[in-house]
Amino acid sequence: MKKEWPLWEVFIRGQHGLNHRHVGSLHAPDAEMAIKNARDVYTRRKEGISIWVIPSAQITASDPGAKDALFEPSVDKIYRHPSFYDIPDEVGKM
Amino acid sequence: MATAVDNIVSDKLFEWLLRRGDSALILGHRVSEWCGHSPVLEEDIALANVALDLIGQARLWLTYAGEIEGKGRGENELAFLRDAWDFHNFLLVEQPNGDFGKTLMRQFLYDAYQVLLLEALENSSDQRVAEIAAKAGKEAAYHLDRSADLVIRLGDGTSESHRRMQTALETLWIYTGELFSGDEVDEVVSDAGIAPMPETLQSSWRQIVDEVLTRATLEVPDTTFSHTGGVTGRHSEHLGHLLAEMQFLQRAYPGATW
Amino acid sequence: MYAQMVKTDANKVRDLSEMTEEERAFQARIDRGEKIEPTDWMPEGYRKTLIRQIGQHAHSEIVGQLPEGNWITRAPTLERKAILLAKVQDEAGHGLYLYCAAETLGVSRDELIELLHAGKMKYSSIFNYPTLTWADIGAVGWLVDGAAIMNQVPLQRTSFGPYSRAMIRICKEESFHQRQGYDIMMKMANGTAEQRRMAQDALDRLWYPSLMMFGPSDKDSVHSAQSMAWKIKINTNDELRQKFVDQTVSQAEYLGLTIPDENLSWNDEKGGYDFSEPDWSEFFEVLSGNGPCNRERMEARVKAWEEGSWVRDALMAHANKKEAAKTAAE
Ligand SMILES: [Fe+2]
Ligand SMILES: [Fe+2]
Repeated sequence: MKKEWPLWEVFIRGQHGLNHRHVGSLHAPDAEMAIKNARDVYTRRKEGISIWVIPSAQITASDPGAKDALFEPSVDKIYRHPSFYDIPDEVGKM
Repeated sequence: MATAVDNIVSDKLFEWLLRRGDSALILGHRVSEWCGHSPVLEEDIALANVALDLIGQARLWLTYAGEIEGKGRGENELAFLRDAWDFHNFLLVEQPNGDFGKTLMRQFLYDAYQVLLLEALENSSDQRVAEIAAKAGKEAAYHLDRSADLVIRLGDGTSESHRRMQTALETLWIYTGELFSGDEVDEVVSDAGIAPMPETLQSSWRQIVDEVLTRATLEVPDTTFSHTGGVTGRHSEHLGHLLAEMQFLQRAYPGATW
Repeated sequence: MYAQMVKTDANKVRDLSEMTEEERAFQARIDRGEKIEPTDWMPEGYRKTLIRQIGQHAHSEIVGQLPEGNWITRAPTLERKAILLAKVQDEAGHGLYLYCAAETLGVSRDELIELLHAGKMKYSSIFNYPTLTWADIGAVGWLVDGAAIMNQVPLQRTSFGPYSRAMIRICKEESFHQRQGYDIMMKMANGTAEQRRMAQDALDRLWYPSLMMFGPSDKDSVHSAQSMAWKIKINTNDELRQKFVDQTVSQAEYLGLTIPDENLSWNDEKGGYDFSEPDWSEFFEVLSGNGPCNRERMEARVKAWEEGSWVRDALMAHANKKEAAKTAAE
């Protein structure tokens, strides 16, 4: 049996309803203690009102080698951005 | 104009407030001794949070006590310039930290009491008391959540941790009776609608404690004996040493501001 | 600094033509200011050096709790007690963030801690000096955290993503540390004769050890050159030390305290102060274990670790039990 406490990734949602954001990691024997530890470690300065924890071992990351294939194709799709379109001022805010 | 009755009440209220403030202060001080020495970083940080809450509570209670006394003493005069016999904390909280298990057991026994007391105090006839209780109550609820959880985990962990937790429980149990033995101070304060009589909290406390200790696979010691005296100023040897350390600067350099 | 004299395994910094294609691409990413993430390809030397550096930095935060922790139970007012406790607690947090950053490089926190306890990893020399009076708590915040900030602010831009993110978080928390220290110094310097004496004494004892924090001059060091090429070191030791002195002199003057250096004088030409070097033989003695408190510091850490092992084991055992019961029930 491995003795070292597993590592957890901590995600916190701030006061203003934004998405949970990754803030860091910590060690804990299980999920409940990871939540408590996250409260004590990562919300000492009123950083949040909701905590998620995920075992670090459960994170699947995108392949760094495939970065170009994954993310380059979105570069030229500029028509997805509102600033691509010229709307006359007379029309009003849109 | 203050009547004689008011004077009696404020006299007793002063002492009652010291019991609250001193217990929070001494326990906060004890817990702060762990800073930098805990079994694991996450616990080091968590314990410091508990200590900070308790020191914060002590400041609120002692400040109010000083105002009720009306002799110009503030939180620091009360914390640093009284000798042991004028301290009114429970014997439980001045007990040395021992190992991590003993510290957590002491915390749990106190937290369970504290949650019940503060809940009752939110309806106090004294508005300041109700306000302090409302703030401290939220902190105490989290403390109890944590300490109860850790007592369960350590009680039902390994055979070594079980043994240590059972020893801690036996060492500390004989100081818990004091939490629930009211005296004339409590009577006066209770008659004024400021606080409940300590005895009225005991059965709920016992319920919390029994439930947690059962899950922790620990056995409540078979004794009704309890040490008392802390709240009236008769302490164990430990408090004098704690105060000698805590009060050193204020005593060695009277009148200095820091 | 919190990481002093970190070795890189390099005996010279190779130029692009001497590198493999992978190494060249890696160096190009760093030169473009990209962040390297744990799953990215990296040279073994980069990985190893970072483990040493981040590990040493983390150890310094944790050992650094001890000299200040020495006064938590003797803080002179309840407010000071709370402030100091919150400050030392922050340092535990800094250690925690940094160990986590190191762990992304394939080493575990327990392994790092055990290397420290076995004397195979170091921590900053500064924490081997004692805190003898309350003024030392002020001086540590003012000078030691001040020196640390000097180093940590540029490190927010370091090339390794997890290290950079840990530094950003740390710098945010760090800003109150130096200020609370200076606040103590102001009270002491304007206090009674005894308090002023404590304040001057603290500055006298901690001035040169603070200058030593930046490490000996590394303008000719291969290791530093390599670390700077990798952007895991941003400034030379001398640059940071100069900046620190230039910043601190007027702060000491404001307090009415005297920096213990007869050679301290403004040099118009370089636009900074000339000052005396610390005694580097003392620095090397401290690093090799002969500082005033090396033994006490390590003993305290080892004791906490060993006496805490039953707690760590029991909490893990309980979690495993619960998990097993859950699986059995399914
Ligand atoms: Fe720090
Ligand atoms: Fe700091």
